[in-house]
Amino acid sequence: MEILVCVKRVPTVGGRITLTGDGLGVDTRMSGFTISPHEECAVEEAVRITERLGGTVSVLTLGPESAIEQLRGALALGAGRAVLLETDGREYGPIATATAIASEIGSRAAAEPGYDLALFGNEASDTGDYQVGIRVAHLLGWPVVTGIKSLDVSADGVVARREYRGVEEAYSLPLPAVVTVKEGLNLPRYPSLPGRLRAKRAPVERVEIKDVSLPEGLRKTRLRVPEGGTHQATVLGEGVAAVPELVRVLDELGILS
Amino acid sequence: MTDVPERASAVVIGAGIVGNSLVHHLALLGWKDLVLVDKGPLPNPGGSTGHASNFIFPVEYSKMMFELTRDSVEQYKELGTFTESGGIEIARVPERMTELRRRCTQARAWGIPAELITPDRVRKLVPYLDEEVILGGAYFPTVGVVDSLRAGTLMRERARQAGALSLLPGAEVTGIEVAGGRVRAVRTTEGEIETGNVAICCGVWSPRVAAMAGARLALSPIVHQMISVGPISLFAGTPGEIGYPIVRDMDAGMYERQHGGDMEVGSYAHRPILIAPDEIPSIAEAALSPTEMPFTSEDFDPQLAQALELMPELLGDEKAGIHYAINGLISMTPDGHPLLGELPGVRGLWAAAASWIKEGPGCGRAVAELMSGRVPTTDVHEANAARFHPVQETRSHARSRAAEGFNKMYGIVHPAEQWERDRPARVSPMHAAEEELGAVFFEAARWERPHWYSSNAPLLEKYAGRLMERPAEWDSRWWSPIINAEHLAMREAAGIFDLSSFVVLDVSGPGALAGAQSLCVAQIDVPVGRVVYTSMLDPDGGIRADLTVMRLAEDRFRFVTGAATGMSDKKWIADHLPADATLADLTSAQTTIGVWGPNARVILAAASGEEMSSHHYPFGKIGVVEIGGIVVLASRISYVGELGWELYAPMEQGARVWDAVRAAGKTRGLVPAGIGVYATTGRMEKGYRSYGAELTPDYTLVEAGMTRPRVKPQPFVGKEAYLAQRDAAPCALLCTLTVDSHRSADGTARYMLGGEPILTTDGERITDAKGRPSYVTSAGSGPSLGKHLLMAYLPAGLAVEGTPLLVEYLGERYPVTVAVAGSRPLFDPSNERVRA
Amino acid sequence: MKALVLLELEVPGDTAVDYQYPATGNPPQSSGTSLSAHADVTVTEASLRALGVGRALAGTGSLAAVVFGDADAGGGLPGVLAEHGVGDVYLVGSAVVAGYAPQAWARVIAGLIEETGATAVLAAATDRGNEVMAHLGAITGLPMAANCLSVSAPAPADGGYVITRQRWAGLLEEEAVLDAPVALLTVAAEAIPPTEADAPSGSGAPPEAAEVHRVVPDISGMAPSPGAVCAPAIPDGDLVVRAVESPVRDGGGGASLATARVVVGGGRGVGGADGFAPLEELASLLGGVVGVSRVVTSEGWRPHRQQVGQTGTKITPELYLACGISGAIQHIAGCSGAKHIIAINTDPGAPILAHADYAVIGDLHEIIPALVAAIRARSAAA
Repeated sequence: MEILVCVKRVPTVGGRITLTGDGLGVDTRMSGFTISPHEECAVEEAVRITERLGGTVSVLTLGPESAIEQLRGALALGAGRAVLLETDGREYGPIATATAIASEIGSRAAAEPGYDLALFGNEASDTGDYQVGIRVAHLLGWPVVTGIKSLDVSADGVVARREYRGVEEAYSLPLPAVVTVKEGLNLPRYPSLPGRLRAKRAPVERVEIKDVSLPEGLRKTRLRVPEGGTHQATVLGEGVAAVPELVRVLDELGILS
Repeated sequence: MTDVPERASAVVIGAGIVGNSLVHHLALLGWKDLVLVDKGPLPNPGGSTGHASNFIFPVEYSKMMFELTRDSVEQYKELGTFTESGGIEIARVPERMTELRRRCTQARAWGIPAELITPDRVRKLVPYLDEEVILGGAYFPTVGVVDSLRAGTLMRERARQAGALSLLPGAEVTGIEVAGGRVRAVRTTEGEIETGNVAICCGVWSPRVAAMAGARLALSPIVHQMISVGPISLFAGTPGEIGYPIVRDMDAGMYERQHGGDMEVGSYAHRPILIAPDEIPSIAEAALSPTEMPFTSEDFDPQLAQALELMPELLGDEKAGIHYAINGLISMTPDGHPLLGELPGVRGLWAAAASWIKEGPGCGRAVAELMSGRVPTTDVHEANAARFHPVQETRSHARSRAAEGFNKMYGIVHPAEQWERDRPARVSPMHAAEEELGAVFFEAARWERPHWYSSNAPLLEKYAGRLMERPAEWDSRWWSPIINAEHLAMREAAGIFDLSSFVVLDVSGPGALAGAQSLCVAQIDVPVGRVVYTSMLDPDGGIRADLTVMRLAEDRFRFVTGAATGMSDKKWIADHLPADATLADLTSAQTTIGVWGPNARVILAAASGEEMSSHHYPFGKIGVVEIGGIVVLASRISYVGELGWELYAPMEQGARVWDAVRAAGKTRGLVPAGIGVYATTGRMEKGYRSYGAELTPDYTLVEAGMTRPRVKPQPFVGKEAYLAQRDAAPCALLCTLTVDSHRSADGTARYMLGGEPILTTDGERITDAKGRPSYVTSAGSGPSLGKHLLMAYLPAGLAVEGTPLLVEYLGERYPVTVAVAGSRPLFDPSNERVRA
Repeated sequence: MKALVLLELEVPGDTAVDYQYPATGNPPQSSGTSLSAHADVTVTEASLRALGVGRALAGTGSLAAVVFGDADAGGGLPGVLAEHGVGDVYLVGSAVVAGYAPQAWARVIAGLIEETGATAVLAAATDRGNEVMAHLGAITGLPMAANCLSVSAPAPADGGYVITRQRWAGLLEEEAVLDAPVALLTVAAEAIPPTEADAPSGSGAPPEAAEVHRVVPDISGMAPSPGAVCAPAIPDGDLVVRAVESPVRDGGGGASLATARVVVGGGRGVGGADGFAPLEELASLLGGVVGVSRVVTSEGWRPHRQQVGQTGTKITPELYLACGISGAIQHIAGCSGAKHIIAINTDPGAPILAHADYAVIGDLHEIIPALVAAIRARSAAA
């Protein structure tokens, strides 16, 4: 089973986000970088599938040279191959990103045994566009499902499951296919020391992407941190003694009626 | 939320280990109405305490750091938060084995159990360690781990239960109000608190908080990387937090420490990563906590291989994952010591910063004692928050020294090792001339001081056979036989010294005499034109300072002290002056040139054209002479035991004085001589003491052998204690010892450098009745005597001339003899040369 | 300006429908969401929000809705939609696409864009809404802006639609210009649509009911359906991915979490998997469900579907009672839609307090049982 996992380098956000002076980016001078929890699960799932069925996990990212850090992170977890679609650091929109990824998948299929399955996170944590995986699937003519939290892969195909308003939805897809997954799919492992060392030594294939000057149609003009969170809760009291007051507030809010 | 008190006796900022300890000790000392403020939540407000690896190795080369650590361990134990695990420092290279021998010898000096062990023994203690990659180890069985958050909570709660403390978590300090040079109030996001005392216990944020009161703190936050790997199957059954000794992989700059089911691996080997205090993310911005910054794996990766090599099976387990990894922020100061005590410039502004877990409770106690007007139980003068000169407190310097010092954390650092970066900062007017002479500069308080001159190399031939050369590389590192040649040339003819680093403090005004008298042990009310050598004491009679005072006028006194202690002394003096006396710091205005030796008189007479005979210019006189067309204040005094003068001239004119004296000395055997002679060989032959080495608050003038026949009638700080000391038999006495044989096991002659334990001939450790250990306070050549000299305090029973003892150096023992008990000079005992 | 809004419906009791498509792709005619069979079918809150944003965007133009459901438009839906300013409702009445098939749904909407001349298509930023709209973007080659909070009609000076959308699950807001012939937008749960007073669009009295247009997609192997206004062709490939629905196996909770009126949240402070019983009891007493923080699921104490937060479920209850939850910002991103937040925490400095309306300082293990007892005593007395 040849599996491609697409990941994105994003700042580690643990608290309030600080913006750059021009208001167009996140100030990452003091933050680290990571991939989204969805993508961590995608890497883990791919590794588990190949542990069971054999094959290779390739991890791909589109980004600047520094995104190799995220590729190595995935290599440390058991990915066997890493591909950097190298940009000059500019932000790529979902259309350009999908085009570049689809082109890479296409050229791989032409030269080698192609990918059977491409996994994405359901959405990137930074931009939250919810569409790169789907656009890649359309460009390749592959079936796609999103938001997946359970995945059964066999040589015949994929059964992917998710929940929708209390109902489990199951999807059966033939391969090759694109699946975007969500956190909760599995509990990702932590990298082992030998894993990190292997990752450090592993080669990273660097692919220069042809300037995909596709019009995105969506142009960011400014970012802002939403207001709020500066007030302090009214403390109703300490310990069990505060329960009567708590009941009164619940009643006042109409919760007990 | 606690209501914000309107006023407090003291506001302690920072609820890490230090702040908690401080409020605890303040409460014990009777303080009430204390407030402990932290911007973060309790019990872990997000500072360095919260991510500390919490292990303590008791051995330190610095006596102060050892004692602070010992006190802290005792406090942790009393709180029930200490678990003894043992610890091993391992060696991968031969140089490290020697260093571990030095560590064990130091441990012996302080009475810490320590043992050099074989790789096999290491493996028995740490079964998951591959003994093939190591040469051996130093085992310290009393190493342990602490729960610093719990200890902090317990101390805080004790203060609270004593009714002495209000807590104010979640309140960020936004300002410190200063009025009339005193702290007046602290502003927080929750309200203002009126107070006369503010203690900055803010770890990496301390410089930012100090700046609110207009003060500087020489501290830089720096990253220490740490990962936690687990689950470790071997640890699954271990009861408690730790069941195996902590391993310090010294040559890899790393440690491995069991923490429950995980192994924590920390590193001091990665590149120095500095963060400015203002760049530290806020609690709201931080992913984990403000001081647990995002891990940069590319910095740590190179260390992984070494960790894996050492513990291949345990850390190589594919099922054990790196589930926690941080760039943890810690504090570093330019000299590696904490910042304790009141800051200069603002009364009531205290610091207890740059303390790590291992010293935290001890630092809290010391600062509580200082705040209470007491002499600290542990001598912390080397950590005095006022010790730095302004040029040492700059942000760029703090960063530079932190960056350079970081990788030395587990390094093999020679006691005389010099800093490389951020030099030169302070140069004397003679600097260019000294460079031409091939001066080898050592740094003191950022002054570049010639330690010896390469231009004197020809003297080596002249004095061949008397140079006490040191064949071992370690002994001769940061040393040169030229020092001894310069020494002999000075004793034979004369030497000229650049002493520009002297701290020169002029006290003047109607209250100057009273102020000077109240500070000094010696009689200061001498005729104008006299110089007095004196000590200053703590209230309890410990030695606080050692300096000279010149009476320049009826109401004007010049205090001259050393570069290292100058700023601490300055604050001590300023704090004790009456309102009608003022202090001016002329350090950067006045240069000092010393000329000593039998030919000093003829040289200076030639240079000045003035009569310099003892009749006109007796010992102890100061006067004005003209040298090289410059007005020079000449003070006849000596720290090297020779006839001669200290010459004070305006800084920008100093070079002319230097040139004129050198010209006059050209045919009279004058050589430039460095601090190697001034501070070691010259003074040790004469039994002169050095502040910080022999003279410390831990010892008395009686013990130092520095009592004078009479005590002046005027009151002075520490007088009552001093009088009592004089009436009692001292329990120790400072002695000069000579080394009888330098021959080591391999036949190489070895020369001690200082700090070594003195042992009985049976090899027993020596302590006095107060528990103070006997160790080498100063070591150096006595070229005129042909002996290597050691100074050490010995218990009264052993402080008997002729007593044979041993000194342990790098694990080997050498015979020594007590040559002098007390202060009698070994060279020129009747002081004829000084008074010639 | 003509805006078209994809609506998701809530059909009471209809939580498990198995469409059981035969392998041939020949659809069953009998099953599916039958609107006529459910008189009380409603539009989800999230879709109403999208409708509100769509109505504001349409302004004086027209607002249409597209609903995927089987059979005739029934119940009061056209009437309800009219109240929301909808003039036309396109009812996609094939059982095949009534069962959820995102790509086919998108293909139908693409056809409707052509058919109706819509210049904006909106959907709720739900799993389905985002998915269908992303497909629509891929099919049409148009950009798609997800998680919009507001959108204004295009003005030449702006160069397109000026939108505000969420990034980082709402931790950041992005202002952007969308320059596209047809705007594809999904509407975030935090979007605040203009009030009813701004409605309806157009002039004159609102119609009593939206005009229903039947849309029957053209699917190979199926007989053409008479009476359809539009019959977009669905290639076979669009039908490869279709949902087969069944009840959630181990109890569920995820869905109700998103729509629950009361959520009792548990975090690290609960202490372990066995500490949730009192929270469950309180939740059921208040007619709510339990939600948890990320640490709880990563520790394996509770299933991920109960996770509230950036990568879990976004909740919009009347009350969120956060117990033993410190309030990491990723968690706040998931619960900031709650109308009221009450925190129970031992740490008065916990970040959650900066987001809560009320707090009780103390141990949840003591307070929650006491609270349960007090509420029980109160209802017994009543």
